Amino acid sequence: MTKLIIILLSAVFINNYVLSRFLGICPFLGVSKKLDSATGMSLAVIFVMMISTAVTYPIQMYLLIPNHLEYLQTIVFILVIAALVQLVEITLKRFIPSLHKSLGVYLPLITTNCAVLGVTILNIDEGYTFLEAMVNSLGSGLGFFLAMVMFSGVRSKLEGADIPKSFKGLPITLIAASITSLSFMGFGGVIENLFA
Amino acid sequence: MEAILTAVIPVLIIGVLCAGMLVIASKLMAVKEDERFPKVRECLPGANCGACGYAGCDGYAKALVTDDSVPANLCIPGGADVARQLSETLGVEFADVEKKTAVVHCLGNCDATEDMVEYKGMESCAAAKMIFGGKGKCGFGCIGLGDCAKACPEQAICINKGIAIVNPPECIGCGVCVKTCPNSLISLHGATSTTVVSCSNRDKGAVTRKACANGCIGCKKCEKTCQYDAIKVTNNLAVIDYDKCVSCGECAKVCMAGCIRIYKL
Repeated sequence: MTKLIIILLSAVFINNYVLSRFLGICPFLGVSKKLDSATGMSLAVIFVMMISTAVTYPIQMYLLIPNHLEYLQTIVFILVIAALVQLVEITLKRFIPSLHKSLGVYLPLITTNCAVLGVTILNIDEGYTFLEAMVNSLGSGLGFFLAMVMFSGVRSKLEGADIPKSFKGLPITLIAASITSLSFMGFGGVIENLFA
Repeated sequence: MEAILTAVIPVLIIGVLCAGMLVIASKLMAVKEDERFPKVRECLPGANCGACGYAGCDGYAKALVTDDSVPANLCIPGGADVARQLSETLGVEFADVEKKTAVVHCLGNCDATEDMVEYKGMESCAAAKMIFGGKGKCGFGCIGLGDCAKACPEQAICINKGIAIVNPPECIGCGVCVKTCPNSLISLHGATSTTVVSCSNRDKGAVTRKACANGCIGCKKCEKTCQYDAIKVTNNLAVIDYDKCVSCGECAKVCMAGCIRIYKL
């Protein structure tokens, strides 16, 4: 149980996918302008990370490893995740239109996002059990959510700030992102020592 | 050779399986989209102004194709042209659009009223409203910093003598200014509602009088004069019920403050 909590918390804070591992920077910079789109995107990411792990973990364990095909991991994972997300989108559109409206537009954006692929591959590399892998994906998704929501707050402040002309727009956004990322480095070592 | 095959075949099988699954799913769970929708959407101007009362042009197009009772003449910026195209596309009878024009319900220009404070802040009515409740003596009136003029897509609003004035021929009736005004002073009026109470002050008569020479003091003279029971004084302010008003202009003649005006729209 303690191990699960450590995995969850370190995925959220220490190994935050956006701010420490620098995966999924594209949606982080692209969709973080407004709080509501940032939340929608993050919820979609949490959802996709969970189902991708649930599907790719058995594929790795029962298909790729027994046949000594580990080197096909990346391409098979991309294939499966892309198909799966498409399937989920079609299903949502048919059965839960309201959810499709709020989540659906972000789903195709993250079909083969590197953060999603990264979670599934790192779960295998870390040698997690299935349960640990699922907890890790949940934590990674929550970490993405935290980063997105925080950064959309930072960006809304930036909008009203008096910024030198040459820094306006993307440059100041990148600087702000790097400072936010630096602040997350401060979590290093905290979680392990909490339970030590 | 064998090494290549052992790599290619599993990936191929997985790919074909995924593709098959998606094909079946898209057939099974296809959502029928009305084929008229893209055509209807094409007719609309795409300004997403919301004057029709729906959430943008997509929302209106969707309402048109799904609900037959939605009239095809709600697009005010598009005017008669769009209404005609829409009625042709949908096969319904053509009805002309009632042209609407924005009217500012305030006559408190610098001749009639004066500033309460010397405002040196941000050039925005919304900002001034937040700090002092407006810079003028009348808390209900036009602040005159031109949020509506900046929002207007047709530059149909100008600030003259400290209040916003709409230039009717330029106004397309999109209603963007209506949403922008922090004091909710602007509303849309058409040919059937040309008589307008040009004041929004709900203070008692004496208070209004001190603040502005053109303010409605709630004397109820218009109410007594109206033969059609169309004008009522509520909260010290005359309000016209346009379902009853026939635009005879009798109330405008008797108005003590001269704040009931008949506009040429």
